[in-house]
Amino acid sequence: MSDVTIPPSDSLAVLERQRSTAETFGIPLAVLLEITHRCPLQCPYCSNPVELDRSGKELTTDEWKKVLSELAEIGVLQVHFSGGEPTARKDLVELVKHATDVGLYTNLITSAVLLTRERLGELADAGLCHVQISFQGVEEGLADRVAGYRNGHRKKLEVAKWTRELDLPLTVNAVMHRQNLHQLPDIIQMSVDLDADRLEVANVQYYGWALKNRAALMPTVAQLDECTRIVEEARERLKGRLTIDYVVPDYYALRPKKCMGGWGRQFFNISPAGKVLPCHAAESITGLEFESVRSNHSIAWIWQNSEAFNRYRGTGWMKEPCKTCEFREIDFGGCRCQAFALTGDAANTDPACALSPLHETIFKQAEREAEGETSRFLYRNFAGGTLESENGA
Amino acid sequence: MAGPRNISVSEASRPVLPRHAKLKYDETRKVWVILAPERVLAPDEIAVEVLQLCDGKRSVGDVSDQLAAKYAAPREAILADVIVMLQDLADKGFLTEIREKTS
Repeated sequence: MSDVTIPPSDSLAVLERQRSTAETFGIPLAVLLEITHRCPLQCPYCSNPVELDRSGKELTTDEWKKVLSELAEIGVLQVHFSGGEPTARKDLVELVKHATDVGLYTNLITSAVLLTRERLGELADAGLCHVQISFQGVEEGLADRVAGYRNGHRKKLEVAKWTRELDLPLTVNAVMHRQNLHQLPDIIQMSVDLDADRLEVANVQYYGWALKNRAALMPTVAQLDECTRIVEEARERLKGRLTIDYVVPDYYALRPKKCMGGWGRQFFNISPAGKVLPCHAAESITGLEFESVRSNHSIAWIWQNSEAFNRYRGTGWMKEPCKTCEFREIDFGGCRCQAFALTGDAANTDPACALSPLHETIFKQAEREAEGETSRFLYRNFAGGTLESENGA
Repeated sequence: MAGPRNISVSEASRPVLPRHAKLKYDETRKVWVILAPERVLAPDEIAVEVLQLCDGKRSVGDVSDQLAAKYAAPREAILADVIVMLQDLADKGFLTEIREKTS
């Protein structure tokens, strides 16, 4: 039986949007592999958990290869090699080669600063299909300060050029916040100049490290409105040339986002230590036990049957106001990690929702922070973070 | 170097999927898919058949000839449908074409 139906009107339907896939909890089409938490950058909004996995806990080359084979076998089509910084793993070329051999489509999500032209060539030869490079700004003063890494911006520009010379498609990933949103028009132009295929304008999502840095990162409502206007104008102007994906911070929305397409419905990722997670921030929810690929269970079993995946699947776990809400199957009550971080209970309504009793308080607080003076970062590292010095170094 | 952008598909075009767009039969879901950066597309049967013929050597006209013969259907109608489908794919950035060297 096929779990995919194609509407007759669209000969090229986007498979991810098929409702039926979500309803059957079929194996996701794409899986995020966070192969290491090591990273030379220290971005204050890092999406990794505050408790990082140390290198000694990372899966070995053979363990990752076994994971890749198993993913291909159960029907995963794409893998994203991410981190931390995935190129910090010496065996990355070998892993990409193995993924290609078992029939997986491979994306590399990288900060690019550790890559040489030779190694990028080796990755292309190993079958790498797509490169996504993060940018922290459009000029090195701000970009290197946000990343907490000298000369990083210059290196990124160089690697982006090599990527296109090797005929690999390029996505520019620009994480946006109060301190760099004014550079958005130039970031769009930079993406065009770099001959990128896609640009992700991703406003910071406030969990983990970013939540610690919220006062330094939260944009104002006016900034966000301007950001949306710029994106819409650029999408129209650059149609067929540059695809722009746009993620807004949900603090200023009235309806919460359908986080991860719903918990355990369309997505999982694997942490450096081999934990199979419903989202990359899931480990921030204390009290949930996540199964590992090192356990006796198969990945398919973990996806279908493990307690952590089933805890917030569907609507049965919901409390009011979600429980009887007409949107409960539309947004599944928003983001579980955000609900946990801001209310202490992941089963509460995500406060991004206007129906949450905490929405007003949080919105007001974010607004105050956005207007505030704080601009110092707490940099991400294995030591639990380091506060930026007064003079910004 | 990278293939050309902003392709305008015509009868004379000789299109081919670029290396980052892979046509593949998904054994698990029993459906053809096109794998692309951050996207999985589900081409319908006709689109699959057209794309299997797009090898960078055959022109869109050749592809339409073949399909018209196979299905005993009017060539002009098939040609029009093929161009619309391929142009849609090109606009999404998942189609390139082989061009004559001008040197």
